[in-house]
Order: sequence, then C-alpha cells, then structure tokens
Amino acid sequence: MSTLPVQQTSPTFVGMPSFPEAAREALANTQQRDNLRNATHTIRAKRAAVVAEVPEWESLRVAGADAKDEALTHLGDYLEQLEASLTANGATVHWARDADEANAIVVEIARAKGVDEVVKVKSMATQEIELNEALEAAGIAAWETDLAELIVQLFGDRPSHILVPAIHRNRTEIRDVFLREMAKVGRPAPEDLTDEPARLAEAARLHLREKFLRARVAVSGANFAVADTGTLVVVESEGNGRMCLTLPETLISVVGIEKVLPTWDDLAPMLQLLPRSSTGERMNPYTTMWSGVHDGDGPQEVHVVLLDNGRSHVLADTVGRQALRCIRCSACLNVCPVYERTGGHAYGSVYPGPIGAVLNPQLRGTASEVDQSLPYASSLCGACFDACPVRINIPELLVELRGTVAEQGGHRAESAAMKAAAWVLSDPRRLAVAQRGATTAGRLVGDRTVRRVPGLGAWTDARDVPTPPKETFRQWWARERGES
Amino acid sequence: MMVTTPRTDLRVALFATCFNDTMWPETPKATVRLLERLGCRVEFPAAQTCCGQMLTNTGYAGEAVPLVRRFVDVFGDYDAVVAPSGSCVGSVRDQHAMVARRAGDEGLASEVEQVAPRVHELSEFLVDVLGVTDVGAWFPHRVTYHPTCHSLRLLRVGDRPLQLLRAVEGIDLVELPGADECCGFGGTFAMKNSDVSVAMGTDKAAHVAETGAEVVVAGDNSCLAHIGGILGRQGAGIRSLHLAEILASTREEPA
Ligand code: SF4
Repeated sequence: MSTLPVQQTSPTFVGMPSFPEAAREALANTQQRDNLRNATHTIRAKRAAVVAEVPEWESLRVAGADAKDEALTHLGDYLEQLEASLTANGATVHWARDADEANAIVVEIARAKGVDEVVKVKSMATQEIELNEALEAAGIAAWETDLAELIVQLFGDRPSHILVPAIHRNRTEIRDVFLREMAKVGRPAPEDLTDEPARLAEAARLHLREKFLRARVAVSGANFAVADTGTLVVVESEGNGRMCLTLPETLISVVGIEKVLPTWDDLAPMLQLLPRSSTGERMNPYTTMWSGVHDGDGPQEVHVVLLDNGRSHVLADTVGRQALRCIRCSACLNVCPVYERTGGHAYGSVYPGPIGAVLNPQLRGTASEVDQSLPYASSLCGACFDACPVRINIPELLVELRGTVAEQGGHRAESAAMKAAAWVLSDPRRLAVAQRGATTAGRLVGDRTVRRVPGLGAWTDARDVPTPPKETFRQWWARERGES
Repeated sequence: MMVTTPRTDLRVALFATCFNDTMWPETPKATVRLLERLGCRVEFPAAQTCCGQMLTNTGYAGEAVPLVRRFVDVFGDYDAVVAPSGSCVGSVRDQHAMVARRAGDEGLASEVEQVAPRVHELSEFLVDVLGVTDVGAWFPHRVTYHPTCHSLRLLRVGDRPLQLLRAVEGIDLVELPGADECCGFGGTFAMKNSDVSVAMGTDKAAHVAETGAEVVVAGDNSCLAHIGGILGRQGAGIRSLHLAEILASTREEPA
C-alpha cells in the first residue's frame, strides 16, 4: 500500500511564528486573498439569508447554548450516562486523557484488525490529535474521504478552514493536483479532466469509491453524542461520511468530551442551528446517527474514544468554558474581517479564525509565541459573537485571554507603558500635564500633515497621523466657562 | 423643520472621553453646542478622565479599576451622561462591571450597574432621551456614514445616526457599501497587527471613495483617524468628520 507524501509540515505547527508575522506573509498572497474573499462573502450572504427566514432564531440560539451549558455544568454525570448507554448498545468506550493516549487506542484497534489502511470521515478532533500522522508512523494509511479534505491531503497542505478546508485553493489548482497526485495513491483522475465542479466531483467520487468498498476500518469524529440514548451523530453534505460510517465492519469514533448533549430532544435546536450557520443551507443533505451495534446492519464493531486533551482544563475556567459550546459551524470564520484577509494558516492550528484565537490558547496554554499572539488577532468588532449559533461571546473571551497573557508579563515594555498610562489617566491633573505634550506638538506642527513619527512606524507606514490640537477640550472649557 | 423638546430639567454631564479631549476637542465642543441648542444644561465635570478601554482590551483590566471607580464617582449623580463615542460608551456599559467583578469588587460592580443605563452615546441620547431626529443642522455636502462596530454591535444604535443625518438640511447622504464591516482600527490592534489593520482600512477607504462622498462621518474619532489616515495618505481628498460636528453645523457656524 502506498502512503501519501502528506504533511511536510506537522499540523501542530510547532515553532509557528506569531500571528502578525504569519499574517503579513498571508496578506501578500493575493491569489489566496481573492479566493478567501469570494468564498467568505458568498457563504456569509447565504447564511444571512437562511438565518433571516427563521423568526425564532434568537430563541434557538438560547436553546442551543442552554443545552450545551447543561451538559458542561454536569459533564461528569452526562459522560458516565453516555458511556453506560453506549455500552448497553454494544459499543466499546475508551477514555483518552490526551492526544497520545487517543492515538495509541486507535492504532491498537486498527492493528488488531490487521489492516494497513483506514477511511476517514472529516473530523476536527482527529486533526487536533494528529491521528493521521500517528497511523502513518504505525504503517497504516489514513484516507480522507471528505472532498475538501481529500484535496488538502493530495496537496500535502494543511486545512485552512473548519468547514471548507481547501478554501485557499481554486478550481484550476484542484484539477492540477488531481491529475498529478491521484494516480500515486489509487485510481487516477481521467486524463481529460477539466476544472468544472461536476467533473472534479466525479473524479473524486470514482477515486474514493474504490477505497470505501475495500476498507475494513473507518475512523470518524462526531458532531454530537447524545447521553440518554447513546447515539452519535455526524452531520455532512456529501454522503462520503455515510459511506465510511456504514460500509466498513469496524468503526472508531474519536469524540471530544464537550460533544455530549444531555437528551435526544436537544438535537432539535442543534440540527436547525448547525446547517444554517455553517453551509447556509436549511438542512444538510446527510445526517447519520448510530446507537451502537445492530445485527447485520452497519459496522459490527463500534468503538468510541472520549477525548479530553485540555478540555477539562478549559471547563475549570468559569468565564472561558463557554468556548466548549462550539459546534464547529465556522460561521465566526466566515464573518471575520481578519480571517477573511489572513486565511486559516496564520492561526497555527486546525482551529482557525475567531474561535481558534480563543480555543488554541485555551487548549494548549499560552507558552508559545503564536498562542500568546492569538488573543490579539482581533479588532474586537463583534461580528463573530453575532453570528455564533450557540452565543459564544468571543470578544469577551479574547479580552479575558489577553489578561492571562499580560499577567504572564510577556511584554515588559507594553506592561510598563500600560501602567504609566493608567497612572496618568487615574488623575485629571496628571492627564492635563500629559496633554500639554500633545498641544505643544500641535502648535509646532500647525496645519501640516504628519507622515512620520519616530517609534510609530506601525501606524505611519500606511496612515497619516492626526494633527494634535493647539488647545485641549478641557482647556477650552476652562477658558470659555471658567467652571473647572 | 426643527423640533426641539427642551429638557432643562435634566442634569446632563458631558463625558468628553480622553481621546477627544486631547486629540479632537472640536467634537466635544460641537456636542456642547448641539445639546445647548436643543435646550440642555450641559456640565463638564473636570474630574473625569478616561473609560479605561485601552487598558482592559490590551489585557490590563486590573489597571482599569481606578478608572472605573473614578467614572462612577464623577458621573454617578447625573440624570444623563452623554459621550460622543460609541466605543467609550460601549466600554462603560459592557465592560465596567466585568472589570470590577474581575477585581473582586462586587460593590463597585453594582454601582456601575446603577449608572451605566444612564450613559448614552450621542445619537442614542438625541433620539431616545430628547426624542428628536431633526436637530436643525445644515450641512450641504455629499456624506457617507460608517457605523462603527461598537455603536453597531455593542450599543445597537441601529439607524439612529442615519435618522439624524437624513434630517440635516442640504445633506446628500449616500450609502456606504459593506458598511457593517469593521474598519480595522480596533484600538491597540491597529499597532499590534498593523498589516491586517491597514488591509482592512484600505478596503474601507476604497468603499468610502466609491461613494463619491466629500465627507465620511462616524460616531468615533478613533475609527475616523484610521480611515482618514489612510485616505489622507492616498491623497483622496475626503474629509472625515464626527457625527457631532455635522449635527452641530449651521449656516451661521458651518463645520
Ligand atoms: S464559535 Fe460559534 S460560530 Fe464559531 S465555529 Fe464555534 S459554534 Fe460556530
């Protein structure tokens, strides 16, 4: 079995530069910026239209957030209930504290089955733990079957969007990679392949079908895990997920512990919120639900790996825990003006965009340069909070995390400047003294335009500086009204 | 026709905001002129300083606690507090209680909650408290309005500024494409992520230029400094003006 020459760069993005540095590089990639602007604006408009047609959208958001909060506040209880229901349904439940434990469990099951390949349903959790790399190291090929994930895999790329991982590639690039790479790993693309979407999809379908029919083990994640019925749910558009979930005899699902929902009824708001927020569809084409093993129907061996990997740490933070409500719809990415311009790679993680700027430092801690810079990768414009179907107040969480980073004392000069500013601003007399600096500058500059100020390059490289006035408002008031 | 409802019964405090006080005094001056023209008695409590937003949003919420304390002490007794800045009002209404709680000061948090509902951004005060949309202004220019993020999504001022602008005599108000998208200022974001900030601002400036407007107006001078700074560097010849200055503008005293 040939293995893909995938992932020249590990998706842990070890040694990633800080966000501003990575962003600068991304901004210079005009082709990517074009692709991203078109894609995000299209999906933004679609989402806005289908959300606007639901008059009770706001109460659905509240119901979704409430269901998640209920699960998170009693997480231990619901996880135990989930384990019990899954086990009663004939599934085997495994617990994994971190990525290594989860990967070891999956590798061991695949080995026990004697396979050298698995087919995969698109899953964020398995990307987070780098399962493909772990399987590859064990001599097992992992075939991504989601069309966009397949494209990313053929490119040897990293995903740059939660829902549309190949959003940074256009059709012509995709045709070229199909022609170049498919033959190396299975059924080749037809030689006369064009960049028409229908032809591209057909080539992928034929390439993948061969793998679906052959594979004996499938690996998936889950969008939801219902505690009371022991049901896992995968929501998708293409049907490739359903192939993986039903054809192979063994199914292994890696599920973050925050995916649990208390009851079957909680799916009602979720299945309305998710497709409208993510693909801008009223309903997604395929929703697959499975509750354990059923004789002669679907996989006969069902494993569920419940993954912590930093989540219980996030749960312990009473403000930050709302991030665990996230249902990975990617609405926040699509409305984000920063993401729209930098793309996903600058975030140095499989979780990009506004939620990535929150979740990565929460899950990984704030030791690395990129994780320290992520909470600042936002203008706090609030578009993400408005779009989030489970009402995660992302700007609030970013500000919280900025506090965490600042408390580490990472930026000494900044911290000194902020303390000095606080000292000046906490007393009107000190403020008045400081303002004299500005008005003196204002008198010196007069009516000229300020183009360069030493030390202010970050501002003045592309922006003129406002000319300071000759008199502050405070001085004017004292002069005119003489009351202060 | 100008409709005024004199509210001399209200003790109105002007919260000039430290940025306006220091860098853009014409905006609080215009606010005073406008409010007095509409019959308000305006005071400027000189002990005021700053809302502390820059400290909080950069990760120094602890340093902002004395500023929250000061805000409550200075403005607590007024019937209404008016500020010509959506961002600073957003900070008071959305963050002050959080800053106090984070510091473990429940007492301060509840004092904040007493005063915060009486703190208004200029367009909110005019439309909701005074009940006017025609403020008797005259501004015979082509204007486009940028709704800043904090006015739009924190305060939810909605179309109040547009109601006010539409009633200005002589104005040619044109719609800004992509209006609800952030201009890229974002406080210290403009410095820490200057490349992304400028990329966002450049797109905003292009939209402004597309409208053929002579003037871009907004409720926040910080965003205007960013958009105006880019337009200025491009030599676009488009002025940026605060909403207060257009609303204060008259034939006798044009902006
Ligand atoms: S944070 Fe909210 S909007 Fe963003 S991906 Fe998660 S659920 Fe969707």
